[in-house]
Amino acid sequence: MKHWDLKVWTPKPVLKLGAFYAVLALVTGSVAAAAVAKDISPERKNELRYVLEQDCGSCHGLTLKGGLGSPLLAGKLTDRDATDLASIILDGVPGTPMPPWRPLIQPHEALWLAQILKSGDLGQ
Amino acid sequence: MKVWATSTRWSLGMKMSLTAGLVMGALVAFSASHHAAADELRGTGDMGLVVERATGSLLVVENTTRTQLARVEGLGDLSHASIVYSRDARYGYVFGRDGGLTKVDLLTAKIDARVIQAGNAIGGAISQDGRLVAVSNYEPGGVKVFDAKTLKLVADIPTGSKTVGLVDAPGNRFVFSLYDEGAIWVADMSDPHTPKITKFENVGTQPYDGLISPDGRYYIAGLFGEDGMVMLDLWNIDKGPVRILDGYGRGEEKLPVYKMPHLEGWAMANGMAFVPAIGHHEVLVVDTTTWKEVARIPSHGQPVFVMAQPDGRQVWVNFAYPLNDTIQVIDTQTQKIIKTLTPGKGVLHMEFTPRGEDVWMSVRDLDLIKVFDTATFEQLAELPGLKPSGIFFTWRSGRIGL
Ligand code: HEC
Repeated sequence: MKHWDLKVWTPKPVLKLGAFYAVLALVTGSVAAAAVAKDISPERKNELRYVLEQDCGSCHGLTLKGGLGSPLLAGKLTDRDATDLASIILDGVPGTPMPPWRPLIQPHEALWLAQILKSGDLGQ
Repeated sequence: MKVWATSTRWSLGMKMSLTAGLVMGALVAFSASHHAAADELRGTGDMGLVVERATGSLLVVENTTRTQLARVEGLGDLSHASIVYSRDARYGYVFGRDGGLTKVDLLTAKIDARVIQAGNAIGGAISQDGRLVAVSNYEPGGVKVFDAKTLKLVADIPTGSKTVGLVDAPGNRFVFSLYDEGAIWVADMSDPHTPKITKFENVGTQPYDGLISPDGRYYIAGLFGEDGMVMLDLWNIDKGPVRILDGYGRGEEKLPVYKMPHLEGWAMANGMAFVPAIGHHEVLVVDTTTWKEVARIPSHGQPVFVMAQPDGRQVWVNFAYPLNDTIQVIDTQTQKIIKTLTPGKGVLHMEFTPRGEDVWMSVRDLDLIKVFDTATFEQLAELPGLKPSGIFFTWRSGRIGL
């Protein structure tokens, strides 16, 4: 059997997924830590918490204790830098099923997610 | 034994107009009362279980009356939970994410047995003879095999890898794939305490799920790490696994996959199999005699479940986040999408009635289970459920691989 090299994961969802993403993608940039929690409306925070539980949960487990994706429990992330975790959320981990969320989640929102993951206080 | 419920009481079920609160109340009152009047017999052929993933509960449902009969609680973390049935179709074996294996009695709506058998599990299967239930685990990676009656451990098969795509195969075998190792193992359980394992290494990168054809002949694993699938012909197992659909997306950029597709079941019709592409918004059509790709059907999003009606006439597809409010229906003769439905956000799973006149869908974000007519696409009923996900009817009990 031939054994294939991993293909590099190069997402380019914007055009294919249509206008909705295109608009979102316009707002993306680098993970600048400047404004985080206070710029996210309470409604959007609830949406993000829901995404975290249900949609991240489909790979990381509803309780985030791991599945196909690694555990995202606070205890497992203490040594990790929130900015690094935010970049993982935005750009995914090439060669693994961890997808890039940049088309759907803005950089400051990813940083907020990383912070609540690290704190273990998901606010639910 | 007071195991039977009166069918009249059961079919009173839930009216679609009730609010969730009322329903909960009614269910509690209901489960308290219905065992008392256990004086009528009933079969289980039109029953099923619906997973309520966030609350760790199950709904016992009846697809003739399109009603729910009871709720069973206390099943732990049910994200990604799946269910197989005992061959008498009375018991459901529920495989929970938290490693819980629970045997649920549909007739009494009670837990009959439950073990926490691993830290993190992904699904299971029941053996051809109905005596063994196997669970595939992420953590610790491997397969554990239990006595179907008592849930006592019979055999432990560590693999050193996240283990996925576990199915039963004729000859009292279990077949499964090793995600981290890129391998397929076949475990012959003729002597349940000493499984005989045949291993196929380096079959491909990151097998993420597997399925077996309804005749139990072909085991197919989907690969996440490359565009292609691996097929093992169990009638000619000495030939080893072969690659099919190799490089189906070659030259095209991959799109992000926000939910892993599932290969549960086997969408086979007209001599063709319908499978989800990975990282491409397409359903792939394969000729099952040559195993060559014959068509690609562009779809609304990343397909998650691609499921054929029992008659094979139509194939129903749901999609990954954030396009998961939509269902598309493919005509298997023309291989064209003939209908797009939007049942609501978070359509996680579909299940056909035994002969396929209705299809049930769980709509997670609406806390509803919707029932559609497969011929007219009209909505026939809706039932309340708490973040419903998998729907499993008892007709699965007699099918290989389900
Ligand atoms: C389709 C499956 C999938 C989904 C959905 C998913 N992840 Fe992941 N994630 C993974 C996998 C697999 C890994 C491990 C990658 C590796 O091997 O390094 C991972 C890794 C991570 C990591 C790095 C953990 C570490 O210890 O390095 C973070 C943080 C993370 N995911 C956050 C998220 C968040 C937040 C979401 C939802 C917005 C999400 N993931 C959704 C599959 C997924």
